[in-house]
Amino acid sequence: MIDLLAQADNALDGLKAVGAGLGYGLAAIGPGVGIGLVVGNAITAMARQPESAGMVRTTMFLGIAFTEALALIGFVVFILLNFA
Amino acid sequence: MSDKVDERSNDFPDLGQLAEPEKNIVSDMLLRGLKISPAWLALSLLFWGVDGLASSAYGLGLIFANFVFAAAFLTWAGRISLGALMFAALGGFILRLAFLTVAVIAFSKIGVFAPIPLAITIIVSHLGLLVWETRYVSISLAYPGLRPSQMRQRNRKEIK
Repeated sequence: MIDLLAQADNALDGLKAVGAGLGYGLAAIGPGVGIGLVVGNAITAMARQPESAGMVRTTMFLGIAFTEALALIGFVVFILLNFA
Repeated sequence: MSDKVDERSNDFPDLGQLAEPEKNIVSDMLLRGLKISPAWLALSLLFWGVDGLASSAYGLGLIFANFVFAAAFLTWAGRISLGALMFAALGGFILRLAFLTVAVIAFSKIGVFAPIPLAITIIVSHLGLLVWETRYVSISLAYPGLRPSQMRQRNRKEIK
């Protein structure tokens, strides 16, 4: 009985690690799509109006960083699930 | 005629200054982060002890390194081509996430690791610095005359 409980405990730890990894991976998909959209549109804007490239790149950099915050939230959940 | 051309050319933004804006943004963010970090580290020490202090300092270092790496990679790619910029943005995102993961897993093996202050520091510092910087950039984009370099020039002219 105690062996079974120990095995179940190990399985739960394993499932927690798998869940954390899956959650982190899934949380990175959305920001990946978002960054693609931000940079794609910024490149279109720069190709159309090269004279405004500086402003577009400023906005693009901030947009990338904001989108990346979503992935960081997934990363933080990964840290908390794995180590807290 | 030439006077008109000169007047018009003064209205355009300084492209040399705007050519690689990532450097300016990140240096601003780092300066602001360095100003705020002692207060945050003191709070961490107060709430979570020495482990919290070490973890918060590590989290701040990770976020600063993340911004610096992103800016450096985009600036480097921007000099090559627009296609390289796209590659740098998406490839850099994956690389930076991998770097953060490896860095945190390596740090977790050390005795002073405290996950909660590290997690809070990562989210708060990343978003806080971004929001702070965005306010400044929003003002600059909407009112280019308020850009610090232009304000400095105007002040110099007024003093003269």
